[in-house]
Amino acid sequence: MIGDSALTLQSGLDEVDVIRILREVKDPEVPVLDVVELGIVRGASVEGRRAIVRVTPTYSGCPAMKVIEREIAECLERHGFENVVVETTFVPPWTTDWISAEAREKLRAYGIAPPGPAAAIELVPLGGPTRTIPCPYCGSSRTTTESEFGSTACKSIHFCRSCHQPFEHFKAI
Amino acid sequence: MSAPLFELLLRLGDDRLVLGHRNSEWCGHGPILEEDIALANIALDLVGQSQLFLELAGTIEGQGRDADNLAYWRDESQFRNLQMVELPRGDFAFTLVRQLLFAAWSHHYLDALAKGRRPDLAGIAAKAFKENRYHFRHASQWVIRLGDGTEESHARAQAALDELWPWTGEFFYRDETDQVLAGDGLAPEPETIHEPWLALVTDVLTRATLVPPTGPMRMVGGRRGRHTEHLGHMLAEMQIVARSHPGASW
Repeated sequence: MIGDSALTLQSGLDEVDVIRILREVKDPEVPVLDVVELGIVRGASVEGRRAIVRVTPTYSGCPAMKVIEREIAECLERHGFENVVVETTFVPPWTTDWISAEAREKLRAYGIAPPGPAAAIELVPLGGPTRTIPCPYCGSSRTTTESEFGSTACKSIHFCRSCHQPFEHFKAI
Repeated sequence: MSAPLFELLLRLGDDRLVLGHRNSEWCGHGPILEEDIALANIALDLVGQSQLFLELAGTIEGQGRDADNLAYWRDESQFRNLQMVELPRGDFAFTLVRQLLFAAWSHHYLDALAKGRRPDLAGIAAKAFKENRYHFRHASQWVIRLGDGTEESHARAQAALDELWPWTGEFFYRDETDQVLAGDGLAPEPETIHEPWLALVTDVLTRATLVPPTGPMRMVGGRRGRHTEHLGHMLAEMQIVARSHPGASW
C-alpha cells in the first residue's frame, strides 16, 4: 500500500511526498493504474498548506479528466492540504512512452496489452498491422487488429487466434 | 487581445466541433459495432480538440467567454468552420472520404502549427496531431477498402469524392488573418499545405482506384461566416439544450 495516512502536513510534506500521495488516485477507466505511473501528473509544488498539481490529459477529449482532477484535489485534502489547485498543461503532449515498466506489466496482468514505442506508429499502414501485439492472456503473437478504436479513447480491439480471446490494447501515441 | 489569433482559434475549434458533431451522428447508426465505436471515438477526439482551441480563444479574447459559451451561444454567421465539414453526414462512404480529406489536411496543418512560436497553441496542435494520425489511418483503410471493394462500394466512394473534392479549395484559401499569423510565425501559409496534402491523399486514392474530379472548385466563405443551408439546422440541434437551460449542470 503506497497511500500512507501517517503522511500529514505536520510532518512537513514536499513535492516528492505529493507525488507519492497521488499514487492513491487511480485512472477511473483503467483502475489498475494510478495517475502517476500513467504519466499524466507532470509536477507539483507546495507552499505551506497549499498544493499545486500540474496534470496533462491523455487524449484531448478524455471524459475522465474532470473526475481525475477532482479526485486529485480530494486525495490531497484528505492528507491535510487546503486550496488544492489542479492546473492543466499541454506541453509536452502526453505520450504512452511515459507509462512506467511496472505499470506496463500491471496492464498485461489485467488483460490489456501494453503499448509499444510511440515512434513506431506508421501513418498509412497497408497490408496489416504495423506491429504484432502479443496476446496478454497466452502470449501468442498470432493476433489480429479488429479496430484501432475501442471502449475508451486510449484502447484498440484485437483478437487472439491462438486462444480465441478478444482483448484490448493500450494504443501507443 | 490579438484579433487574428482569436480568429484562427475559432477556425481551428469550429472545424473540429462541427465535424465532430457530424461524426457523432453515427452513434447508434454505424454499419457494424466496431465502426459505431470508432466514429464515436473520433468524434470525441475532435470535440475534445475543439474544446482546447475554443478555451484558448476565450482566454485570448479576454471577455470571459469559455469553450462552452463559444460553442453554444454563437449563431451560424459567427461560426468560422470550413463549409465541407458542415455538409450532412451522407452515407458511410461520404463520411469516410470527408474524414480522409480533412485528416490529411489536418496532418500537415497541425504539424506546421506545432512548430509555431506560441507554446500554448503549438502544444495543443502537437497533441491533436498525434490523435489525428489515428483518424487518418482509419479513414485511409476504409477508403481503400470501399474504393477497391465491390462495384457498389466503389461507386459510392467515387460519388462521395466527386461531391466533396470541390469543397477542398477552402483548405488552401488565404486571407488577411492567415497573412498576419504567418508573418508572426504562428501559423503556416495555407497554400504551403497543398502540395503535401495532395501527395498524401493521392497515395490513398490511387490504391483505392478512385479518381478526383476535374471540374471547378466551390466558392469559399466559411472562414468569414458564410455557410451552406446545413449549418443552421445542425447548430439548432447542437445548441438547443444549452440555450433552453442556461447554466444548467449535472
